[in-house]
Amino acid sequence: MIRLTTQMALLRLAAALVLAPLLFGVITRTQALFAGRKGQPLLQMYFDIAKLMRKGAAISRTTTWVFRLGPIVGLACVATGCLLTPFAGFPALISFPGDFVVLAALLALMRFVTVSAALDTGSSFEGMGASREVQFSALAEPALLVSFAVLARQTGALSMSDMFAQVSVIFWHQAAPSFILVLAALFIVFLAENARIPFDDPNTHLELTMVHEVMVLDHGGPDLGFILYGSALKMWVLGALIVNIVIPIHEASTWPDIFLFIMGMLLLAVAVGVVESVMARLRLLHVPQLLVGAVGLAILALMLMLGA
Amino acid sequence: MMTLFLSSVALLLATGLAALFSRKGSLVAVGGCVIAGILGLIPVLASLFASAAFTFRIGWDVPFGAFSLEIDPLSAFFLLPVFLLSPMAALYGQAYLKSQGGHVKSWFFWNSLVASMAVLVAARNAVLFLVAWEIMSLCSFFLVVCEHRHAESRRAGWIYLVSTHLGTAFIVALFFLLGNSAHSFDFSEFIQAGIVSSPAATLLFFLSVVGFGTKAGFVPFHVWLPEAHPAAPSHVSALMSGVMIKMGIYGLVRTLTFFNTYPFSWAAVLIAVGALSGILGVLFAIAQHDVKRLLAYHSVENIGIITLGLGIGLLGTSLQLPFVAVIGFAGGLLHVLNHAVFKSLLFLGAGAVALRAGTRDMDHLGGLLKRMPRTGVTFFIGAAAIAGIPPLNGFVSELLIFYAGFDSIVQGSAPVVAATVAAVAALGLIGGLAVACFTKVFGIVFLGEPRSPQAEQAQEADVLMTGPMLVLASLCGVIAVTSPLILGVFKGILPGLTHLSAAACSFRLDRAAHTLEGFLVAAGAVVVMTAVLFWARRCLLTGRPQTVVATWDCGYVKPSARMQYTSSSFAQPLVDLFAPVLRTHKHLEAPAGHFPSIASVRTHTADVFRRLLFDPLFAAVQRALIAGHFLQHGRVHLYVLYIALTLLILFAVKLQ
Repeated sequence: MIRLTTQMALLRLAAALVLAPLLFGVITRTQALFAGRKGQPLLQMYFDIAKLMRKGAAISRTTTWVFRLGPIVGLACVATGCLLTPFAGFPALISFPGDFVVLAALLALMRFVTVSAALDTGSSFEGMGASREVQFSALAEPALLVSFAVLARQTGALSMSDMFAQVSVIFWHQAAPSFILVLAALFIVFLAENARIPFDDPNTHLELTMVHEVMVLDHGGPDLGFILYGSALKMWVLGALIVNIVIPIHEASTWPDIFLFIMGMLLLAVAVGVVESVMARLRLLHVPQLLVGAVGLAILALMLMLGA
Repeated sequence: MMTLFLSSVALLLATGLAALFSRKGSLVAVGGCVIAGILGLIPVLASLFASAAFTFRIGWDVPFGAFSLEIDPLSAFFLLPVFLLSPMAALYGQAYLKSQGGHVKSWFFWNSLVASMAVLVAARNAVLFLVAWEIMSLCSFFLVVCEHRHAESRRAGWIYLVSTHLGTAFIVALFFLLGNSAHSFDFSEFIQAGIVSSPAATLLFFLSVVGFGTKAGFVPFHVWLPEAHPAAPSHVSALMSGVMIKMGIYGLVRTLTFFNTYPFSWAAVLIAVGALSGILGVLFAIAQHDVKRLLAYHSVENIGIITLGLGIGLLGTSLQLPFVAVIGFAGGLLHVLNHAVFKSLLFLGAGAVALRAGTRDMDHLGGLLKRMPRTGVTFFIGAAAIAGIPPLNGFVSELLIFYAGFDSIVQGSAPVVAATVAAVAALGLIGGLAVACFTKVFGIVFLGEPRSPQAEQAQEADVLMTGPMLVLASLCGVIAVTSPLILGVFKGILPGLTHLSAAACSFRLDRAAHTLEGFLVAAGAVVVMTAVLFWARRCLLTGRPQTVVATWDCGYVKPSARMQYTSSSFAQPLVDLFAPVLRTHKHLEAPAGHFPSIASVRTHTADVFRRLLFDPLFAAVQRALIAGHFLQHGRVHLYVLYIALTLLILFAVKLQ
């Protein structure tokens, strides 16, 4: 199940590990453009992570080993997610039937340790964030799985590598409406899981409206660095699912494909930036409705496919 | 091999009797239970790994009865939790009960319960099965009312006794109909009678779902679980939830082997029942404050997951999708073993917490990980396992069920896809909600600051209690790591269920083993990377300042434990979202005036099915029966007249 087609597999992985934080830079730049500001440097996230890695840590006396486990296991989960996810139409490093279920489960493990670490501080703020996080993710999980069901049905494949290798222009011709609905569902899951507007506002650090940011309030130093890098990788992995569907063209050669894929990822980041600039955060009570809507879209996509 | 099995059962009964007559009897009984477990495991493992069947049969002077026993791989698979978990729960219970005043006599019922479950699973005659079933129900009833001085225990025991017997009534009817058509009460005759699918077969299926489902805890027959489990001592809850409710699943699976074909509608029924039990089980669990009540609802949830697996397997069999059939059944059955391990672990952990911190109310607990480190670590592992988190065993069985579901989505026709997508979506939702529920339990009970003085002073439980928990926690990991090998045992079990040859099953199981190996590689990657990052963090922090401070609370200088999130507040968004189902009662005393002094909020989530279905139903039955009250007046001479009249009528009937 480990496929080392070429060293290119490792190269693509390296690209993911290096380029992931750039997505955040693109998002903030897009927002700045909309607001008429100059904005942060594109590489700000790299600077932040590098700075945090050189710092010490202040740790709450309430906490236990669970608090220290959270960022480490969380990062390990999404890094493994990078191994499982195919990039640029090539098979992933680890690929087997049902690997997308394992990917979803790794995100659940990340959530489990992050939420536990948040509760470990005994802070009511972090408890609040944790409580909302588990609520939203519980609804995002069926949406993700039903979306994969649509892809599996359309491509007849049960591993992500085979699925995305099959997605081609012909498939888009056959089932464009289904694909569009699935993309919409996946985009909603992408925004929710990555704590973006309209689900969560990553810029409000200390307000009662936030979800994900507040859970990591007590982490500092390398721990916070791991968390930031982990969230960048998570965005890359979930984004790759969308970009792999949107760009069905595979030149047989490697470099143009990788170039196209990276362009796609950056465009996705621009799209997130646009969404964040033109929308406000949803009221918390309406967030579940949007997520249930995503499940509905995915089911609708499946029904269209069965009817066709 | 059967000698070992029979001596194991005999040892259980003999040492159980010793507990009745001797003050030191509990030690004898627990020792007997442990040795019996070891003896019993030998034939079980032999049958599982060699796919062999061992039989034993002697005459029995009971009408239609025969003392016919057999350990085939299916029985062996269900005997595994019986012999594996009961010794561990017994060791724990010995230490647990010592602090509760002994209850020496309860060990008689304990050992009889274990013995009756062993006989039940091995029984190959309906009468023997029913006798064992009844002994099992009665023994567990006496164990539930072990602490009979509490009114709560007596009430819970009563609810359990009534519901288990209502369930038994359906099972008696089931075996009566089966025996009637096969002209024998031996299981082998049931199979040979070749019951084909027809309205009569569907009636049998319905009877078995209701009858066995009551024991297993299918919604809406689950109402006894959230009452009985909190009332019983924790090792009893562990045995009942981990092992005994699986006897319902065993009965259902055994009944399925009597049929030659399964209609699609049966699969749809099982998937619907599974999805409903799973989702409602976890939702009601989230709304609970009592940790053992919460765990009881989680048994309902996990029974739902098992049933989803069985339903998908049934679907594959009925539509000739062999892979779906094999992997669906394998996933459902593997979840039986997995749930037995982690649910007993969690009940034992909850018992240790209740014992040491003096309360089961999560809102009065907190910070126990520092005070009870071993209980805390094992509970963490159990919580992750039950929430279906990799790399532990709970996820492995869910992965198999998902795999079967997705395969049927790829291959099936439109109605099949509809049924399996519902199953997959339900399983996803259950998984997400289970994460919410178990981060709540672990986070509120073991993390943060203690919310009460008792929790503050809690101490680690003794070794006899933590030892079994450590073993069970490591089993959660061991089962996951060895899962590709464990799949091999199903090639002896599944031919009877899927009507495929052993080779055909084996071929499909190998395909699934390939996926499990892939999963293990991914899990290994997570473990390796965690170790590397741990090392990296340590290197980064050496030589840099590390300070220990108070938790950041926006600059507020006097944080108190009461300011923390509680289990109620953690669950509130989900409880509100699902309010139409849960119907939680909220008693709110809002802060009033410019200088509010007192404010409080209390929530209570009663079981909807009990309140809206069973309570009115039983009230109606009671009203109907009260109408016949005039017959029962206490005058003995009139009672004698009743008897005489009855005899006269019978005589007249006979004369005709």
